Amino acid sequence: MSNEMEDVLAQAARWQAAGEQVAIATVTETWGSSPRPAGSQMAVTKSGKMAGSVSGGCIEGAVADAAQRTMETGTPQLLDFGVTNERAWEVGLACGGKVKVFVEKLA
Amino acid sequence: MTPALLAALEAARAAKRPVVLATRLPDGAQCLLPHPAQPAALNEAAARALAEDTSGTVTIDGAQWFLHAYTPPLRLIVVGAVHIAQALVPFASQVGFAVTVVDPRRAFASDERFPDVTVRTDWPDEAMDALAPDARTAVVTLTHDPKLDDPALDRALRSPAFYIGALGSRRTHAARLARLTALGHDAAALARIKGPVGLDLEAVTAPEIGLSIAAELVAARRGSPLAPARPVAAAA
Repeated sequence: MSNEMEDVLAQAARWQAAGEQVAIATVTETWGSSPRPAGSQMAVTKSGKMAGSVSGGCIEGAVADAAQRTMETGTPQLLDFGVTNERAWEVGLACGGKVKVFVEKLA
Repeated sequence: MTPALLAALEAARAAKRPVVLATRLPDGAQCLLPHPAQPAALNEAAARALAEDTSGTVTIDGAQWFLHAYTPPLRLIVVGAVHIAQALVPFASQVGFAVTVVDPRRAFASDERFPDVTVRTDWPDEAMDALAPDARTAVVTLTHDPKLDDPALDRALRSPAFYIGALGSRRTHAARLARLTALGHDAAALARIKGPVGLDLEAVTAPEIGLSIAAELVAARRGSPLAPARPVAAAA
């Protein structure tokens, strides 16, 4: 977890120090062939900046939307993505895996 | 996450102290572990997560916790600030290694040639003693010069380093093994040295060789069948 590209937390802290509102999304569980393991993170700012990833690109858009809501309300969310979920029609994982993603505000 | 908690987490990581960020799901209550004020079961689960270097969700006393293991980066000690080292270092950094380059030849071991990594210009035996390779450390020798490579390999073999690789042809490697045998290392110990170093990509250029070594480091770290067979570590 040392390298700059993977270091989402450090990036989140830098954004916050620069006055941005920041939310952090973390993969908490995976089933099947998920591309990113538990602990993978993505940081999102109110202004729309993104760093890191929680999948192979399949669900980052939906997670970023959820992050915007969490930044507005301050309420964390536990998101479920996978083939059994109704979200699958919009933002399913093409790999057929399932992931849970926790979204929290940095505040 | 509160700024205070993020600061505490970042401080632990900067100090290379292994730590778990525990998040209760779904309400998001958080704490850093280990912590004496937290339940023993939670602290034990955190210790397991750190030992296995794996994050995941556990249920303790009916509560669901996500345990995010933050372990210090793996280390790579590169002996020989040569052209191949210049190619290897960025690949190794990208895949998560904290890299130290060792070469007493100051013309080679300059910060200009190796920006962003630690460069040491002491002799490899002194550097290895100071760096004290552990089970999360890999050692790669690239100088081709027995005066520099041999002392480093000797120290590496006396450490629990998880990967030891030495650049050089099969012939060079055979001669090297004979010298290390004379230093008192037996066949089982010498089998820990991967020589020629790197996955067999038929690599030719310095960046290709750097890539093949970085790829082998990943294979060794992840326990891939492509990794060199790992004899039981003869750690002192």
